[in-house]
Amino acid sequence: MGLEDKLPSGILLTSVEGLVGQMQARSVWPATFGLACCAIEMMAAGTPDYDIARFGMERFAATPRQADLMIVAGRVSQKMAPVVRQIYDQMPNPKWVLAMGVCASSGGMFNNYAIVQGVDHIVPVDIYLPGCPPRPQMLFNALLSLHDSIRQTKFGVDRVEAARKAEAAALASTPTHEMKGLLA
Amino acid sequence: MSDDAGPVHDADPVHDHHSTDDLPAERSADVARAEGDPVPVGHRKGMFGPSLGGDTSGYGGLERDILFPGASAPPYGGYFDDIADALSAATGTAYTEGVKVTIDRGEMTLHVDRDHLLTVVRALRDDPALRFELCAGSNGVHYPGQTGAELHCVYNFMSITHGGRRVRVEVSCSEEDPHIPSIVEVYPGNDWHEREAWDMFGIIFDGHPALTRILMPDDWPGHPQRKDYPLGGIPVEYKGATIPAPDTRRSYN
Repeated sequence: MGLEDKLPSGILLTSVEGLVGQMQARSVWPATFGLACCAIEMMAAGTPDYDIARFGMERFAATPRQADLMIVAGRVSQKMAPVVRQIYDQMPNPKWVLAMGVCASSGGMFNNYAIVQGVDHIVPVDIYLPGCPPRPQMLFNALLSLHDSIRQTKFGVDRVEAARKAEAAALASTPTHEMKGLLA
Repeated sequence: MSDDAGPVHDADPVHDHHSTDDLPAERSADVARAEGDPVPVGHRKGMFGPSLGGDTSGYGGLERDILFPGASAPPYGGYFDDIADALSAATGTAYTEGVKVTIDRGEMTLHVDRDHLLTVVRALRDDPALRFELCAGSNGVHYPGQTGAELHCVYNFMSITHGGRRVRVEVSCSEEDPHIPSIVEVYPGNDWHEREAWDMFGIIFDGHPALTRILMPDDWPGHPQRKDYPLGGIPVEYKGATIPAPDTRRSYN
């Protein structure tokens, strides 16, 4: 048929996109920092019971310059907001942000003057993980979903086209605040 | 207690402090009660929930004063008399002019005039018969109903030499003139506690080495733990439903 049939054994063909996606998804290094109780669950995810090393993520980078993933584990106070943003800015591209728990996602139970009402006010968030705090299994579920999206990241013209497609889909969908009636 | 009694007191600390009459007053027979008029610190009206109509419990019409115990008269009972006598001997006129003693629930509170605070805490630390080595920090309190003394600062002291004796010192100032002398020069560990009381309540501690905010950002307006500081928050919208911000949902008092 094509080129595949003529290859000797031991040779696989793939696209650069596919190869880079696989490699990036399997070597995500989270930044080492936690803000509140969610950080306890994040640390529990690193213990042998849950073993975050199964996903190649046991290497929590001690400097943001070696980190790919920022797990915002806990509520972000107004005073901590510039610090969190600075950590994000110090991380090299490509980088991802996981808002762990309801506080990081929306302010959660801390609907008051002192807490940033969702970390998406200060950094772009790739995936939101609800829970108060979410269990390590929930964190893994979010990480696996994130790995999926990292693996399917497009490059070059494909990336531009994918971004346009996602934007068009978002524009066509009904915004949450216009949905009425059922709360589900 | 005179000054030369101090070394004698120090010479036999263990025996002295474990005698029965050295127990806190709540465990002694002769517990002094607060005898002065109770101090009203506020007025409470109703409970949470609707104040107009819809109140089927009847608690909405409840009105009462918040009363704190007034000054006590000696003898105070337990080791409290020793503390009062030693402090009186060590500070002299500052004690007679600036200190009111309240014994309540087996605990001793010295209400100290802010002009005499440094004299009193220095005596509490240095006098051999007092020796309160440990200051467990200071807390701010805001009583908006107590006109002229809205802001309080409460210090908790413990004497290790004298077997865990405890005494509380309370100082007040008004919102218009929120100045209290800093005790950092006597108790250096109180540094961050006073910064927190400044940050949260706006009490200015005169003589503090670096009175800056400690919890809130440096450019934050206002002092969040005051009773009149708004809680803030945003209304939460979700699929057509709106939940108002917490401080606008119901009235507490």
